[in-house]
Amino acid sequence: MKKFMYLVFTLLLLTASGCGYNTMQANEEAVKAAWGDVEAAYQRRNDLIPNLVEVVKGYAKHEKETLTAVTEARAKVGSIQMSKALLDNPAAFAQFQQAQGAMSSALSRLMLVVEKYPDLKANQNFMDLQHQLEGTENRINVARVRFNKSIETFNTSIRIFPNNLTNSMLLHLKLKEPFKAEAGAEKAPQVKF
Amino acid sequence: MLYPACILFFIFLLTFSAYALDVPKLQGYVNDYANMISPSAKTALENELKQFEQTDSTQLVVLTIPSLEGEAIEEFGIKVGESWKIGQKGKDNGIIFLVAKQDKKIKIEVGRGLEGRLTDLAAGRIVDLAVKPRFKRDDFDGGFLAGAATLIDATRGEFKADGNHRPRKHEKSSRFFTFLIFGVFIMLFLGSISRIFGGISGAVGLPALIHATLLPLSLTTFIIFAVAGLGAGIFLPILFSSGGSYRGGGFRSGGGYYGGGFGGFSSGGSDFGGFGGGGGGGFGGGGASGDW
Repeated sequence: MKKFMYLVFTLLLLTASGCGYNTMQANEEAVKAAWGDVEAAYQRRNDLIPNLVEVVKGYAKHEKETLTAVTEARAKVGSIQMSKALLDNPAAFAQFQQAQGAMSSALSRLMLVVEKYPDLKANQNFMDLQHQLEGTENRINVARVRFNKSIETFNTSIRIFPNNLTNSMLLHLKLKEPFKAEAGAEKAPQVKF
Repeated sequence: MLYPACILFFIFLLTFSAYALDVPKLQGYVNDYANMISPSAKTALENELKQFEQTDSTQLVVLTIPSLEGEAIEEFGIKVGESWKIGQKGKDNGIIFLVAKQDKKIKIEVGRGLEGRLTDLAAGRIVDLAVKPRFKRDDFDGGFLAGAATLIDATRGEFKADGNHRPRKHEKSSRFFTFLIFGVFIMLFLGSISRIFGGISGAVGLPALIHATLLPLSLTTFIIFAVAGLGAGIFLPILFSSGGSYRGGGFRSGGGYYGGGFGGFSSGGSDFGGFGGGGGGGFGGGGASGDW
């Protein structure tokens, strides 16, 4: 009887690590953490845009269209509630991606327009904003890549055997959607000096 | 049918990875792979950076490469940050001053812990005002020295050096206890089958565990621990089987500990030689770049 209990206990220990319950939980938390970084990076960009528009407006009054496109894209992004719930809702996630993509392309168009205004490019305020914007775009890229990596780990961990059994019986986690590279729209605006 | 496809895929992977620019080896504070810095400036830089780490624990590392080979400097910079792990673990206070000679590009990669003090804006101004003008005059030594000096000025006081103990030690010991508890259960199980099994598992297990997780043992200490393990392996199972009350909550909490402690296992950092190496700092893409 005692021997039997030892055996059962050892088996239990082995299965607790072997069934992947902890791994899957940890991986999901990692995805959430990575998503937090993505959110923060996008939010940072959104916060920069009013200043940028303000500075560009002072020098490039004729570029109203491009400027309104940026402002509108920003409003649209702002209307989407960013939260962890986005992760489990593919439709909302696609909408989020699309809005951020539109924002990126509106910004890159603005940065192209700026090339025509040497005074603006020499403005200290504008140069500072450019540095901040560049850093932010960088952070967005890094955060997205890391987010996708964490999703990959998570998705793999809930699909492999025997984790898939544990998942279907206990956890009921769903596959999560990574960021997709969009043709052109998702490229960071090329801020060239 | 599947096999050749696998091989093809593997070859594809190999060729693909050959295109991406490899991160060079971390040699010290100054990693001058493009031969841009004169020996005297190199010593001056190294002394300054070493002193800075000693007082502030912030790590600043210089890297020059001949060419980016088509890669974006931002991507390469974060790759270097991820593989070198400059900065202390938990503080994330690393800075990488990266220069690509042929591409004429500068990038300052700022660790997460320093992003508050050395903002993208501050890093950008350092690139624009301290480094770029000197590089334009081909005064590379001056550019590196001025860049490093302003970076140090900008970040001094943000962190303090706190002795030499690294969090890695703690991780090691927690890993040891995780395995110890696991090992004791295996030993108890084997010992309940046969005393000889228990004795052998204890004699082999205990010194091997210490050797592998805590610190390497010499032959004599190995034998001492083996004897201790042998004794534990023979007597512990007797103790437990005579007690007979092992079915209670004690075991369950053991299982809980096992689950909790195991998390630390996957995050073992890599050790560097030389100047102490990167301490495990993290980067999130902060910093600034420019060209000259």
